[in-house]
Amino acid sequence: MEQASLPSQDNSRLIRRLLLLVAGAFVFAFALVPLYDVLCRATGFNGKTATGFATGGLPTQVASPAQPRAAVDRSRLVRVEFTGTVMPGLPWDMRPLQFSVELHPGEMQQVSYLVRNLSDKPVTGQAVPSVSPGQAAQHFEKIECFCFEQQTLAPGEAREMPLAFIVKPEIGADIAQITLSYAFFSLDGQRQTLTRNREEK
Amino acid sequence: MTAIAHPSGHHEEHYPGGLLRWLTTTNHKDIGTMYMTFALVMFFVGGLMILAVRAELFQPGLQLMQPEFFNQLIGVHALVMIFAALMPAATGFANWMIPLMIGAPDMALPRLNNWGFWLLPPAAILLTLPFMLALFGIGDGAIATGWTFYAPLSVQGGMGIDFAILAVHILGISSIMGSINIIVTIFNMRAPGMTMMKLPLFAWGWLITAFLLIATLPVLAGAVTMLLTDRHFGTHFFNAAGGGDPILFQHLFWFFGHPEVYILLLPVWGLMPHVISAFSRKPTYGYTAQVYSFIAIGLLSVVVWAHHFFTAGMPVPALIYFMFSTMSISIPLAVLFFCWIATMWRGAMTFETPMLFAVGFIVLFGIAGLTGLVLADVAADAQYHHSYFVVAHFHYALFAGGIMGVMTGVYYWLPKWTGHMYSEKLGKLHFWLTVVAFNLTFIPQFFLGLAGMPRRIPDYALQFAEFNAISTVGAFILGLSQLLFAWNIWACVRGGPKAEARAWEGADGLEWELPSPPPHHSWETPPVIR
Repeated sequence: MEQASLPSQDNSRLIRRLLLLVAGAFVFAFALVPLYDVLCRATGFNGKTATGFATGGLPTQVASPAQPRAAVDRSRLVRVEFTGTVMPGLPWDMRPLQFSVELHPGEMQQVSYLVRNLSDKPVTGQAVPSVSPGQAAQHFEKIECFCFEQQTLAPGEAREMPLAFIVKPEIGADIAQITLSYAFFSLDGQRQTLTRNREEK
Repeated sequence: MTAIAHPSGHHEEHYPGGLLRWLTTTNHKDIGTMYMTFALVMFFVGGLMILAVRAELFQPGLQLMQPEFFNQLIGVHALVMIFAALMPAATGFANWMIPLMIGAPDMALPRLNNWGFWLLPPAAILLTLPFMLALFGIGDGAIATGWTFYAPLSVQGGMGIDFAILAVHILGISSIMGSINIIVTIFNMRAPGMTMMKLPLFAWGWLITAFLLIATLPVLAGAVTMLLTDRHFGTHFFNAAGGGDPILFQHLFWFFGHPEVYILLLPVWGLMPHVISAFSRKPTYGYTAQVYSFIAIGLLSVVVWAHHFFTAGMPVPALIYFMFSTMSISIPLAVLFFCWIATMWRGAMTFETPMLFAVGFIVLFGIAGLTGLVLADVAADAQYHHSYFVVAHFHYALFAGGIMGVMTGVYYWLPKWTGHMYSEKLGKLHFWLTVVAFNLTFIPQFFLGLAGMPRRIPDYALQFAEFNAISTVGAFILGLSQLLFAWNIWACVRGGPKAEARAWEGADGLEWELPSPPPHHSWETPPVIR
């Protein structure tokens, strides 16, 4: 390349810039992880509630249940439905004791799920909540929830797991129905169970 | 090759003979040839996989294979066709043609170029090796999640997924090196007087593709790296039990995955105006409009990704945003269509094989665009999502748009590469068989999708039997007729009528100023641009 003296200098500068772009894009992928979490929390995108498990299992703003709430909105009713799924690898069975309740926004409500350990071993699980529609998630405040901490059930034990919550009065007027869903995951070597499932095939 | 008079004379064509020549070459033409050959071989490998799938789908029920193997075939088919056939074919074009078209002596970074190519065969082996290992009872076969690697399935699956993750890493590194090379070549090695707005449209298309690759492939690399650490090192990026989020994977994947569609198509849109202008014997219509359309499509492509998973659950404002931004891509794309048609308008058109493929491309790719608009509609997508309608849509985009576009370019430049004319008769036969068999394969899949047949399932309800049988017959004709393509190329490499420097009388561009085939070292003295 005869005319290479000047371009080769240009080349290395351009290559450096392009490599920087590559590195930037790679970092961007990892930056999306916290960004996505922030976005979900801010918008209720994906049904993530502000007091979810991802914050370390503790409510972010601890509200005292005794403290009287700002105005209960008696003019309307919201229906809350409960559902739950036990994920593969957890030998449990769960169902809500009430499938739905109707309440006024601002009113505190308590319900329970009945969870049973079907195996002959003590097992620890963790429930992960999700609220749908997503727009309702940020106005759905759990005051007490079995999902705040890990749950260990003795062999064959059945336990009523309580949940207390408020649907805040600021909730959009167009939302008349909210679904709260739990996915219960095994914390005892989920991987081992999966591997076993594969070996059994 | 040595028989060709050498314009500058002082460079001998010295390179080692045999295999060593190909292992060590830094010549853009040799590397281009290797890319194209690799792409053709992998095109048949991926094709064989999907023929096995279509054979299974010929009748309802399970006849030939277990569902696990079926799942592996569809996933690896897609990965092979996208990463090992279409992308290398486009890079092969870039290597062969960009230096010739912009009057550069070679690519800017020739050794990087060699490395970029030789990363591909190991990656292809990594992708397909799990099939072989499973035959010997090692592991449970290749990746069975489909090409999208969706978590949580991909967090749980067998070691085929690790193979695919590493293959994607290597293919990604190769593509990024190729892209850097192409950008540097286009920016710094143009012949004197060739301003950016005189750049051939093929180079423009590739320039946008290269930037998209650099911006989005690292995101895919990051996503599959997270997957790998989730699988083996106890992280919880996508594992809901540990506070992760499987939907996050879909965002990361499609942040790459949607631009990828345009990465595959932009080189084809770039070469199309050259072919259409040559066989219409008219200059390209709307050069500037096409350049700005390329740029607009490139920019839009990175902000529309979530339309691939409307049904995963999203707030209504997000649905509406992704719907309208997706639909807005059809505006610059329509500009391209109008430019192609306006170039043909009142031209002295003849229909040699490249032109047949170009016109076939315009019609069939148009169908891909229109059905894409249907899928972009949130309300309609809820019904069509994950159905055969989607399969038919993206095969119109990537087979009729991608592969047939590549074939257009191959037939157009084959005389330039080999110095021989291919058999026009076989080429036309290949075109008609391809176009009829392609529609026979995929039109029934639109109907199947509308009727509710889900994709990626090895069995189906009885009412889908007839259309599936038709589709399978079409797929086998389509697959077999590609043998004509391979034969035609082979025969053209071996011999045939001598090709002129300007193999097509209407062809315009610097590459046609060189003899056919061009000497091993070309444009050592840069051409002067008028």
